[in-house]
Amino acid sequence: MTERGGVLARQRYLADYTVAAMARRRARNLGLLAVYGGMVFVLASVLFYTSALKHEAGLLLAEAPEIVVQRMIAGRHDLIPGGHTAALTGIRGVREVQPRLWGYHYDAAVRANYTLMVPPDRDLEPGTAVIGPALARARGASAGDMLSFRGHDGALTAFRIDAVLPQASTLASADLLLVAEKDFRRLFGIPEDRHTDLALHVPNPREVQTVAEKVLEALPDSRPILRDEILRTYDAVFDWRSALVLLPLSGALLAFAILAWEKASGLSADERREIGILKAIGWETSDVLQMKLWEGALISLLAFLLGTTAAYWHVFGLSAPLLAPVMQGWSVLYPDFRLTPTVSATQLLTLFFLTVFPYLVATLVPVWRAAVTDPDEVMR
Amino acid sequence: MMVQAPILALILADVLTLLLLVPAAVFAAEVLRHWDLSSGHARQLRLEKRTFLIGTALGLVFLAQLAVLPLFVHTVDRMALQIVGAMCAVGTLNANAWGFPALWLRILLFFLAAAWLVLHRLDGRAPSYPLTRAKYALLLAIVPLAGAAAAVQLAFFLRLEPDVITSCCGSLFSQGAESVTAHMAGLPALPAMVALYGVLGLVLATGVVYLRWRRGLVLFGGLSALAFPVAIAAVVAFVSLYVYEHPLHHCPFCLLKREYGYVGYALYLPLFGATALGLGLGLAAALARRDGVQQVLAQGAPRLVVTAGAGFALFAALTAWLSWQSNLILLGY
Repeated sequence: MTERGGVLARQRYLADYTVAAMARRRARNLGLLAVYGGMVFVLASVLFYTSALKHEAGLLLAEAPEIVVQRMIAGRHDLIPGGHTAALTGIRGVREVQPRLWGYHYDAAVRANYTLMVPPDRDLEPGTAVIGPALARARGASAGDMLSFRGHDGALTAFRIDAVLPQASTLASADLLLVAEKDFRRLFGIPEDRHTDLALHVPNPREVQTVAEKVLEALPDSRPILRDEILRTYDAVFDWRSALVLLPLSGALLAFAILAWEKASGLSADERREIGILKAIGWETSDVLQMKLWEGALISLLAFLLGTTAAYWHVFGLSAPLLAPVMQGWSVLYPDFRLTPTVSATQLLTLFFLTVFPYLVATLVPVWRAAVTDPDEVMR
Repeated sequence: MMVQAPILALILADVLTLLLLVPAAVFAAEVLRHWDLSSGHARQLRLEKRTFLIGTALGLVFLAQLAVLPLFVHTVDRMALQIVGAMCAVGTLNANAWGFPALWLRILLFFLAAAWLVLHRLDGRAPSYPLTRAKYALLLAIVPLAGAAAAVQLAFFLRLEPDVITSCCGSLFSQGAESVTAHMAGLPALPAMVALYGVLGLVLATGVVYLRWRRGLVLFGGLSALAFPVAIAAVVAFVSLYVYEHPLHHCPFCLLKREYGYVGYALYLPLFGATALGLGLGLAAALARRDGVQQVLAQGAPRLVVTAGAGFALFAALTAWLSWQSNLILLGY
């Protein structure tokens, strides 16, 4: 037999023997596997969910305008006058300045906030409205029904529902209520020449920064908000939330490491005899050590596979019912949406260091201690 | 400080690595003082038993370093989103003074851990354990390095501030704030090519000389160590340009991304593996003053030399092929 074949064959026999030995102690190993797999499952759920939410936020913001300009008075957001719009149209690099009208309305009937908006791309008949799917569910309304709201002066305004928005884009449009400009102004008492804010379309990404600086020069009382800044902020917020969920779990991780240590060092009389016999029939310390390492590796691999698979199903199949309240923020009319599966090498490596590596470190000393026991110690 | 899961994982990996290494260093000091194979003293027996533990622990450390490197690079790359002016890993690493030192220390630690394992393996083959003292002396050098790598990386992450909107101000981040350098400059292409293939050719030649006449293993190790920085410089100088087909994009990290078919892994895995093996062999040969070691080297080294040589050859072939099939033209005819 060649040396190389020898090494491989030897490892195979060791693995074979290890599997057989583990099968003999089924109950103990299954218990450990359940705890280990559960640990992987929770951590993997958090990681998958975070990256999926980031992905969704990125998709949403891809549609957003490059720059939004708000007017500030005494550090508070205020309506922007028409003169501001004219001042910005001349800036080189700005293809379009779009005055927007939007706001929130609290509906006492379902105790939730709606987002009201005047759609820039569709002309609605005054008196009609288009609503988002979550709102439709909350009010039990569908196309053709009537909805009425109490305006700023207490007068009721009734809307006939023209259509319900499709489910596809629900993250952004769940609680949306699209109305005509005339109705919007009447409902909130906004004068004709005022708008909520301005959306600037800047086609060349390299000019965004310069345009924003020019906006500040032209309108010192304004606040330009860049799309990239929003994206960065979202990214950081989701990261921070996931870490916030992970940190309390570090206690669980420690408990898990202690359990692994205990499991590995609690050699039963049977096992000790087994190791003694192996040594007596000529096994070396390094062979026993390798067998024990195989055991740890197999348990880790199984737990990792089970945990990540379950987490994948939990997050992308069921939309993470266990985590959603903590991670995505809180709102009465929250959309129910399917997440796009995103699993990356970074997540798997992170998982490895949060679960498998601590396990291997925790079991190292007990495993070694089992391997160096002398046969005469255990055979007596 | 940016708080996110991968960073927590990296910090945890460092803590656990030190948890393994610090007791190992204490043990190493004991070995250097009391190791005496001819003695039948109880302490000697204890030391001999414990070498198994240390060997396994170092194996784990090496495994961790192997996985930490890609995790570190990918995490840093992803963080570029949150830092103004950063486009990929280079920008993030440039965001404060600790970024690149953290990476270099990581790589050095990886190589030394690998070299230690090569020594350990060769040592275990001889009944007289001739490399024991050398092995543990090297371990005493590895431990402070691991501590430094952990500390520098921690400093890097602690001083990294994401540029995000706070509710109170709408200040523009890039206005007046210096944004980070997002690019790397490279050497001119032709000298880098000459240097790369010259050094790799020399490494392979010394490898062949060793296999044929059993001489010059120290030189092989030294050239392997030299080949690594030259190879990285070459990746920055021309290989990256050929892959991206862009005359100014010098980033050695973007090669690891999906857009380029993860070609970076195919380049770096053989390079890192071959360098680590070469370094370990060179160290072992430099320490081989006793007959026992010579014998062990004669048994174990040739196959490792072949493996290391194959790694370098693979790297050379792959870079040549990438340059050949690229649509970018850097050198006039």
